[in-house]
Amino acid sequence: MSDLQTQMDLEQQGVLFTTINKLYNWGRRSSVWPMQFGLACCAIEMIAAAASRYDISRFGSELFRASPRQADVMIVAGTVTKKMVPQVVRLFNQMPEPRYVISMGACATSGGPFRDGYNVVRGVDLYVPVDVYIPGCPPRPEALLHALMTLQAQIDVQSLQQVRWYGDDEGVVNEFPVPIFGAEGLEVPGIPGTADPVGGTPKMPPFVSPALGGKGERDASIKALEGNQPKPMLRAGTVTIEEVAHGIAG
Amino acid sequence: MLKTEELQINIGPQHPSTHGVFRMLVTVDGETLVDLKPVFGYLHRNHEQLGEVNTYLQNMPFTDRLDYFNSMVNNHAYARAVETLAGVEVPERAQYIRVIMDELSRILNHATAMGFMLGDMGAWQTALLWGMREREKILDMFEYVSGARMMCNYCRFGGVVRDIDDWFITELKKLMQGLPHYFDDFEGLLLNSEILLARARNIGVLPKELALAYSVTGPVLRGSGVAYDIRKAEPYAVYDRFKFKVPVGTVGDVYDRFLVRIAEMRESYKILEQAIEQLPDATGGFINPKVKQQSLKAPAGEAYARVESPKGELGFYLVSDGSGSAYRYKVRAPSFINLSSLADMCKGYSIADVVVILGSIDIVMGEVDR
Repeated sequence: MSDLQTQMDLEQQGVLFTTINKLYNWGRRSSVWPMQFGLACCAIEMIAAAASRYDISRFGSELFRASPRQADVMIVAGTVTKKMVPQVVRLFNQMPEPRYVISMGACATSGGPFRDGYNVVRGVDLYVPVDVYIPGCPPRPEALLHALMTLQAQIDVQSLQQVRWYGDDEGVVNEFPVPIFGAEGLEVPGIPGTADPVGGTPKMPPFVSPALGGKGERDASIKALEGNQPKPMLRAGTVTIEEVAHGIAG
Repeated sequence: MLKTEELQINIGPQHPSTHGVFRMLVTVDGETLVDLKPVFGYLHRNHEQLGEVNTYLQNMPFTDRLDYFNSMVNNHAYARAVETLAGVEVPERAQYIRVIMDELSRILNHATAMGFMLGDMGAWQTALLWGMREREKILDMFEYVSGARMMCNYCRFGGVVRDIDDWFITELKKLMQGLPHYFDDFEGLLLNSEILLARARNIGVLPKELALAYSVTGPVLRGSGVAYDIRKAEPYAVYDRFKFKVPVGTVGDVYDRFLVRIAEMRESYKILEQAIEQLPDATGGFINPKVKQQSLKAPAGEAYARVESPKGELGFYLVSDGSGSAYRYKVRAPSFINLSSLADMCKGYSIADVVVILGSIDIVMGEVDR
């Protein structure tokens, strides 16, 4: 008789077997409480996902906590601006471990349609490590549910012996640097110069995703972006736009 | 009376009742509010600057993201501004389609806005879920015609991007069958709730003169007793062909704004009924075929066009230098201007009333900060 057969036989008699890891992760994955924290348009779809039609409580995440100290996941739902990013990082720092970040929508992931703007942060992963990214502008509520299921799958494979919030936390970053407004713009402690200049690309690489083993360090494989000079924005009049048959008009 | 020390409290930008990333610096004396200083800019997304870089058509999807509850109305207002600037004719059917979408947006907006406001009062979730339920039904209609739930990007210069068909009309009629009952339910929820009356009546009073001085518009102004509605005052599209009333309040408190919104939803329903009945057949087309959408060049000049958005007067001001994009682009956002009256509305009331008053103004930060 195989082990599995023994287990199934015993389960019929009401004796359940599991590993401590499975039980621990089962409890965590089934009650991922998000922080009630909406930034822009995506927040409305986040509320729609919490409402009756999509019903995020089927996945155990209906309790939106207003305080970061009671939340497990921060859903960055919307455009992060340079004025808002210090607050976003501070809120993330206030969350207790284990904590996760879902970057919801194009704006939070990369700046989205507003990427070229002077006041928009080009990706929240430049400031906090992101576990799950959702594309879309805004993503449908189903996409948010899928992101939550992806996060649950990530929680499932975490091992109690190796998680970053127990045991010796050598090399693990708990406090992420809060950006400040310097003389020339947004500055990140530890990064020389303006962190996110207007035009060109950001002067710092994003954080390694915790799902890929990141412990709060920046991605060294992405080189510092030297010689990347800010470009002046082009006026549309100077760009030739191909005449594309519109199908209906034009 | 006991003299107490004044205390400064910071509400927001991360707060469940600030309707986005809005911050209020509140000075209180005990429970009573002495001063309120609004701080915004946390969602400033360079909308106007991008509008001066984009071509006219490229800017259409950006207007969706101003007031993200009513992307259809934003599209309509922007399209009207460009049409005025470039002198574009709009077929009648397109005007009717725009009106149908605007009025559906109005029902959607008021339903959710009241849901949020009741949530702020402590009727947590139930009222909001009622609002979101109707919203989902209307969003299905929007998705059918435009392909997107929220960011519809539906209007084009001289019409709309896709025609509506018989299926849409049939489904719309089905949707509308349930609406009067829904309005009754919502009103019953309001009128029969003792707690709600206590928290809404004579709270956040905005006198008529003050409302006019702040140039607030929309349900906030009408709640203060001024019967000003752009659909009547300066009829655009085909609004002069419909029979509807402009509901007004008497006191100008939170309760009146509530009642005005319920009544407006009923009026929107009436307009929808008439618009479906009068909708011309497809022979006239739904878009002006002469307009080159992608390479539209407006002659040098300026134009201002406004519509009655569910939140108030939404205007777009464009200055053209003859090129393919606007030289100057300005949005007259109703949320922003209505919000300027917040401090005066709140003074003298308790700090718990602040979130209710803020909810009754019905702001969207995407429009306030742009």
